[in-house]
Amino acid sequence: MSALLSVKGLIAGYGGVPIIENINLDVEDHEISVIIGPNGAGKSTLLKTIFALTARSEGTISFAGKDISGLKTAKLVPLGISMVPQSRNVFPTLTVDENLDVGTYAAPPKDKDAVRENVLSLFPDLRDKLDQAAGELSGGQRQMVAMGRALMSEPKLLLLDEPTAGLSPAYLEVIFDLLLDIRKRGVTILMVEQNAKQALRIADNGHVLVSGKNFISGTGDALLNDDAVRRSFLGGAAA
Amino acid sequence: MIDFINLYLVPGLTIGSIYALGAVGISMIFGILRFAHFAHGDLMTIGGYGVLTAVWFIPVHPLLLLPFGIALAIVSALAVDQFFYKPLRKLPTIYTVIASFGVALIFRSLAQLFWSSGNQVFTSGVRMPVVLFDTFRISELHMQVIVLTLIIAVALHFFLTRSKLGRAMRAVSDEPELAAVAGLDTERVIRWTWVIGASMAATAGVFAGMDTSMHPNLGWNLLLAMFAAAVLGGIGKPMGAIAGGLLIGIAEETATFTWLSDEPLISPSYKSAVAFFIMVALLLFRPQGLFKGRLL
Amino acid sequence: MEMTGLFFYMISVLIAGGIYAVLCLALNVQWGMGGLFNAGIAGFFAVGAYASAIVTTAVSSKHLGGFALPIPFGLVAAMIVAGLTGWVVAKICVRLKSDYLAMASVGIAEILRLVIVNESWLTNGSLGIAGVPRPFGDLVQGREADLVYLAVVWTCVLCVYILCQRLYVSPWGRTLRAIRDNEDSARAAGKDVDWFRLQTFVIGCAIMGLAGGLSAHYFKFLSPSATEPLLVTFLVWVMLMAGGSGNNKGAIVGALAIWFIWSATEIFTSRLPPEWITRSSYIRMLLVGLLLQFVLQKFRSGLVPEKSPKIRSD
Repeated sequence: MSALLSVKGLIAGYGGVPIIENINLDVEDHEISVIIGPNGAGKSTLLKTIFALTARSEGTISFAGKDISGLKTAKLVPLGISMVPQSRNVFPTLTVDENLDVGTYAAPPKDKDAVRENVLSLFPDLRDKLDQAAGELSGGQRQMVAMGRALMSEPKLLLLDEPTAGLSPAYLEVIFDLLLDIRKRGVTILMVEQNAKQALRIADNGHVLVSGKNFISGTGDALLNDDAVRRSFLGGAAA
Repeated sequence: MIDFINLYLVPGLTIGSIYALGAVGISMIFGILRFAHFAHGDLMTIGGYGVLTAVWFIPVHPLLLLPFGIALAIVSALAVDQFFYKPLRKLPTIYTVIASFGVALIFRSLAQLFWSSGNQVFTSGVRMPVVLFDTFRISELHMQVIVLTLIIAVALHFFLTRSKLGRAMRAVSDEPELAAVAGLDTERVIRWTWVIGASMAATAGVFAGMDTSMHPNLGWNLLLAMFAAAVLGGIGKPMGAIAGGLLIGIAEETATFTWLSDEPLISPSYKSAVAFFIMVALLLFRPQGLFKGRLL
Repeated sequence: MEMTGLFFYMISVLIAGGIYAVLCLALNVQWGMGGLFNAGIAGFFAVGAYASAIVTTAVSSKHLGGFALPIPFGLVAAMIVAGLTGWVVAKICVRLKSDYLAMASVGIAEILRLVIVNESWLTNGSLGIAGVPRPFGDLVQGREADLVYLAVVWTCVLCVYILCQRLYVSPWGRTLRAIRDNEDSARAAGKDVDWFRLQTFVIGCAIMGLAGGLSAHYFKFLSPSATEPLLVTFLVWVMLMAGGSGNNKGAIVGALAIWFIWSATEIFTSRLPPEWITRSSYIRMLLVGLLLQFVLQKFRSGLVPEKSPKIRSD
């Protein structure tokens, strides 16, 4: 079965300096795939390049069998890819409801109310905050609005850049549970995470990036038990 | 009291409405394109001249020919964005500000070339004021300006909160990068920002031209007050800009009232300094304005 | 035009060119080195002109005067008054985005114009101040005086140039350019960005005041309507951009180049029938506006591109 997302030989960077080089990565349908690695390894850049936010110099990206290497971001959303950036990921003066609404503009659904209901069922806490300005919410609630907005376009693939960044440990569990729920609804997930251990626990596959290059890839379990990976990124202790 | 309303408050609301309509465009452009549009006043002038010309060919009430001025202003705005502002979008925004300073001069020279540099009035002769309740004497034009502006303000509010495009504009104004991530067509939002900004500017220009007369410096002379109004309302907050415009207009006109003695508080020759000092006070103490607009 | 007439016309062009060169050098400090957009150049110019005139003229019932100080005092007064005005404007805006400073500079230029026009006790209002003295006024008259003034102006240009060059290569100038190129890094490195910006604006305004003073003593008469302020401000911007912003030589080259072209077109259009003369002045403004757009898009480094000075290995 061919992968939902396939990245081959990807090179990208800023101003002529490559940050990621020769990246190969496949994401299978309905899996949770995690990218981990030290700071500055190029994890965010990889995600942004896949989503055409950063210019690609070489390599190909294909999605659902179609070459999307040259497409602009606005074209990727109707194709079924959505992204939750790490920071500034809600529209602060728009209400929660308006934030969600904006998520449908690039890929208008046939039944917007049904989609909205679907998304709100994932984030019940937001139901009584629909008329509140998103900027007034707590960090955890904002993250939910951000994810909700991305899900409103009914994506097949959801990209997340460090979804747990800046959140309290309690919220970590909530977010990872949410990701499992999202996957249950048929959405494939590719995310960059700093909390490597916990991310790998829910991941089907993991990819370790070091200095902009592929270091090692494998199933979540395999990586959790790999000595080299454990020592460098997982704090050394057994999973 | 009656004098205050007739001679100060109502004229203040009138010029305030003109400021309000101009300031909306400035605030939106500052919010979405992130630069101070120095040519906005001259866009008003272009709109005014558009209607003036239409009146020469179709001699009806100028306000009925507003669409002509609006069309001319929209075309002009989209053209300068395409040829002069868009090429500079990737550079620091100060370059676009400088370009807009040049566009202001271009608009003014074109106005002087096509319409001459003198004053031209829409209608000649003295207009009789409307008398209400035997006490209020308000000029018909002033009433039209104030009422029309209020209607436009309400329409704008509904547009921004209820329509897809309005929400998209607010989204781009809030976080342009996130808007791109969400797949919004930013260029389309920018185009509509110019369309709406230019339409309001043209309307303001016609009002101003009808109130005094059309001349090439009409809009440029009002730019400072409109900018102050935009800052007062909060940059990126179009409804705030309307409030700001009305407040500055009222402040300007009532500043010359004989508040304390028989002399006007501020000499009428310094009326235009009022807006400047309000802006200075804002920049010193509350640059985000009344409704907490964007600063950077 | 007969030869001596042409010769003395050239002198007047060079004098004006020199005054514009001083304005360009001033703007280069603010924009080229500091990244600040000053849209109120004409205001600082005017305030310097009036300060110098008031300080050097004899007693008059029409305006403030009677100090009758020597011209150098006038020029210094011009620089101080213009510099102080610049300080007030910058202090208000310096910590905000440069768009605000641009708007405030337009505002202050307008306020200054209002003051000049309305406070007749100070400036004689729209009627202006006459009898502004020339340097060595008792010793030379007429056309020879113009030659002398040419020397005076270009001496000032030279002094300002040397000052600006020194500023450019100094540690102060380097910090300024670092701020201009990447404000966040400079701030992170601990530089007080606002203070630097303030100094830049004030120095630039003071030099603009000097230019105003030079202009007052050349024309011997000044009034608020003598020059169209917006045109002056605008021309100086085009001159600096075309010549090479960030670059003192470029500032002078740009001033002279644009001013020569401007004067040449003026000779040409003055030969046209009257209806065409006013038209052509608008066409000329239109072309200058378009020239600015062209320079901004395609020619940003100007005729004399900026070259970072070699850092002396002290």
